[in-house]
Amino acid sequence: MASTPSRTPPPKTNRIGLTVLDYRGGKTTLCAGCGHNAISERIIDAMYEMGVPPERVIKPSGIGCSSKSPAYFMSRSHSFNAVHGRMPSVATGAVLANRRLIALGVSGDGDTASIGIGQFVHLMRRNLPIIYIIEDNGVYGLTKGQFSATADLGSKLKTGVINDLPPIDTCAMAITLGATFVGRSFSGDKKQLHSMLKAAIAHNGTVMLDVVSPCVTFNDHEGSTKSYKYMKDHEEPLQDISFVPAFEEINVEYDPGATVEVTMHDGSHLRLRKLEEDYDPTDKINAIKRLGEAHDKNEVLTGVFYVNTQAPNFIEMLNITDEPLATLPESVTRPGREVLEKAMEELR
Amino acid sequence: MATTDVAPHQATGGVQPKRVVNNMSLQVATVNGSGSQSSNTVLLRSIFQMGVPVSGKNLFPSNIAGLPTWYTIRANKDGYIARKKEIDFVIAMNPETAQEDVMSLDPGAVVLYDEPLNLSKLRNDLIFYSVPYDKLVAPVCPEAKLRKLVRNMIYVGVVARLLEIDMAEVEKAIRKQFAKKVKAANLNMAAVQAGFDYAAASLTKQDPYFIQRMDKTRGKIIVDGNSAAALGCMFAGVTVVTWYPITPSSSLVETLIDYLKEHRIGPDGKATFAVVQAEDELAAIGMVVGAGWAGARSMTATAGPGISLMSEFGGLAYYAEVPGVIWDIQRVGPSTGLPTRTSQGDILSTAFLSHGDTKHILLIPNSVAECFSMAQDAFNLAEQFQTLVFVMSDLDLGMNNWMSDPFEYPTTPIKRGKVLTKEDLDRLGGFARYKDVDGDGIGYRTLPGTDHPAAAYFTRGTGHNEKSQYSERPDDFEHNMERINRKFETARSFVPRPELISNAKTKVGIIAYGTSHWAILESRDQLRKEYNIEADYLRIRAYPFTREVHEFIEQHDRVYVVEQNRDAQMLSLLKLDVRPELVTRLRSIAHIHGLPLDARSVTDELISMEGK
Ligand SMILES: Cc1ncc(C[n+]2csc(CCOP(=O)(O)OP(=O)(O)O)c2C)c(N)n1
Ligand code: SF4
Ligand SMILES: [Mg+2]
Repeated sequence: MASTPSRTPPPKTNRIGLTVLDYRGGKTTLCAGCGHNAISERIIDAMYEMGVPPERVIKPSGIGCSSKSPAYFMSRSHSFNAVHGRMPSVATGAVLANRRLIALGVSGDGDTASIGIGQFVHLMRRNLPIIYIIEDNGVYGLTKGQFSATADLGSKLKTGVINDLPPIDTCAMAITLGATFVGRSFSGDKKQLHSMLKAAIAHNGTVMLDVVSPCVTFNDHEGSTKSYKYMKDHEEPLQDISFVPAFEEINVEYDPGATVEVTMHDGSHLRLRKLEEDYDPTDKINAIKRLGEAHDKNEVLTGVFYVNTQAPNFIEMLNITDEPLATLPESVTRPGREVLEKAMEELR
Repeated sequence: MATTDVAPHQATGGVQPKRVVNNMSLQVATVNGSGSQSSNTVLLRSIFQMGVPVSGKNLFPSNIAGLPTWYTIRANKDGYIARKKEIDFVIAMNPETAQEDVMSLDPGAVVLYDEPLNLSKLRNDLIFYSVPYDKLVAPVCPEAKLRKLVRNMIYVGVVARLLEIDMAEVEKAIRKQFAKKVKAANLNMAAVQAGFDYAAASLTKQDPYFIQRMDKTRGKIIVDGNSAAALGCMFAGVTVVTWYPITPSSSLVETLIDYLKEHRIGPDGKATFAVVQAEDELAAIGMVVGAGWAGARSMTATAGPGISLMSEFGGLAYYAEVPGVIWDIQRVGPSTGLPTRTSQGDILSTAFLSHGDTKHILLIPNSVAECFSMAQDAFNLAEQFQTLVFVMSDLDLGMNNWMSDPFEYPTTPIKRGKVLTKEDLDRLGGFARYKDVDGDGIGYRTLPGTDHPAAAYFTRGTGHNEKSQYSERPDDFEHNMERINRKFETARSFVPRPELISNAKTKVGIIAYGTSHWAILESRDQLRKEYNIEADYLRIRAYPFTREVHEFIEQHDRVYVVEQNRDAQMLSLLKLDVRPELVTRLRSIAHIHGLPLDARSVTDELISMEGK
């Protein structure tokens, strides 16, 4: 008989003492193999590894399969599954109310690029501190597979219908409009998405990530440009991305000629090893040009297209006090009697 | 005309006509953008400062410059401040409308006109005074550019002389109007003086109207409803304000911004508020809902078209139970309608805003004082009941100047409703968001950011159970909807109670709300004096209706519901609420023409429906 009782090793914890289980959500009700599920997994890992307190995170979303997914990760964070296409405004209100919240907004390509394009546009131009994820499958999953506005020209539905309108490139739009961290990834590209999400968490301002996320039920067939197979054949990563959080020591050297290193707001480092010569992710105009070229060449360009760590975010622009507005006491929010008396005197 | 006992046009040749003191309606007809607003305010204030009850109503076009505008000042010793149909004294400055302005007057009315308009030819049953504005303005205002603006001040001087308004009060009003601009004040005062001197030298008083000092405005203030609401919101502790400009609500938020910047910057130099001009009303309400959900006192202000756009979010906030305050400064619909005219036309659509079984709390102020006090009520009720509260003001109240007693500093502390803190959760271990723990239908909520592992819940507009988990179960859905309805029933005893102006238990009762109130006060006196009818009066101040509303209907044989819309919207709401056998007692007096309600219209219609 074994003399020493076998002790289970204590579960692995992150820097705030939580296990990865503390970042889990409810059991998914999305289709097995849906790209959205993989994205939820990456979010859990990134939040866990970054040691983000789940109680500080909010998960606003719109309507769609994608917008349901906040139910399937981070149950210890407040969620608000709002109305179709209006996640940006709800998120904006919540962040104004409490600037300490970390907002992770989840939307779909339908939710963002059609009904919600107006709010999307204005969120981007405000540089609200938020991570805005589009789970992009080129169709309306929840209403059973109609084309969305990100569907590529010539892409085919299961029913044989061909899309004859050009797609909206949400990344090019976001860059033009003022978002300060813009990238595209693929739900099946575990490593890239993971690093991008961690960098997103470290960023101060609007992060817009368009994540191609195949809909296995309605848009994963031959002729679709948002299928797993199409992505395998056409994904064109711009960089090899790695991320070193501020709380970790840097112990891997890099070649400054071959890698762009971006120091994030919180002191962490985003390393973009160039797969393409001379791509400068701080050059707005070039980023948009490169995205246009990718379209012409039928490649799905992924990576961090644009980053600006200097621009003030919306809360800073509004000069809002450090304490959350939501919980300011009456002594601060209700001016004294003398203020009313003075106002009355002025109206006499 | 109200003063038919005089025949002033015959009273020439030094015979003093009968004096009509502190009882007149004076209308200035100009084009908008001509700067007449300052002159009119000075005139209004001067009368106010002489202690005479006064009201000013601006009838303006949906246009920036060049279209006809009428500003009506009513001075009334008995305190009637509703719009009066008949105009006693017209100041005709607008060549385009001058003819019509003159032709529509009752015999005996007074016309003060710009000399070149030559209006005295038009009728021989009116009193005419002509003023050569261009000749008078040139010497006082050497700078030709400014003459257009200063010109209007001349009529203030002429009127002051004719009506015997104290020039010292006019000067005081001018100094107030141009508070920090001494040069402008001097220039304008010179124009007033020029008008006064001209009238003294060249006009012979022929009309019977006089303003005489009284003591009925002492201590009072003059303010518009939107500014009053802005002040109210600031003292209610608003923290997040979102808006999309729309007449007649814009000035509410613009004034609020000024007040907040002045009084709500913390010792760190940072704002204890956030104001966002949103991209549209969908975003404005979305931000209100997001902020309310996260614990802020959030609000927006809009008008009918904005309310229509807010519909889907209205339902979300109702069903997901999120607080927020929405000011609807009602204007005339449907559609863009008459954007610069007043109505009470959004009552029904707002009460039931959004699809499904949705009902909202409405508060209905009738005065600037209630714009101030109901701001406090609205935020408290929104947070206590975890729902949207709509404050149904209107253009007449919001944009016009009203006399009022000074506002009272809020006497009750801010009520934040049922919010569980980290400490509460430590004690309780957990909570069910939509469980009716206290029997009032209202659950407990937590705010995002609460540092407790059991704090989070999933907010959704989809079907949910007590724990706010997704549910399509019929029983979950029914229970939840019944509970939300219970909340609404509870609200009946928390919303502002109606004002019962008189309840002598006569046969005839009047129910009205909002700005219709002022016409009703006067109409009741007309009914008494002219027809010997004593009508009781109840003023509704909120929806859902309180007990008193039902009792009032029960106690009267015939209840006239007076409102400013076409479809008898409040009456329709009452029909849904009262016992079926009482429905036949309700009769509608509903008017919609864009002008504030006047007493005479109410009296005439009530009398004809009474069969007298
Ligand atoms: C106002 C409104 N219109 C239409 C719908 C129906 N609807 C639900 S989800 C959806 C599209 C969702 O597409 P997407 O955002 O791409 O999400 P996916 O399901 O593909 O992840 C639509 C049109 C709705 N919920 N609300
Ligand atoms: S329908 Fe498509 S998008 Fe929706 S869950 Fe299934 S695979 Fe995912
Ligand atoms: Mg989609």
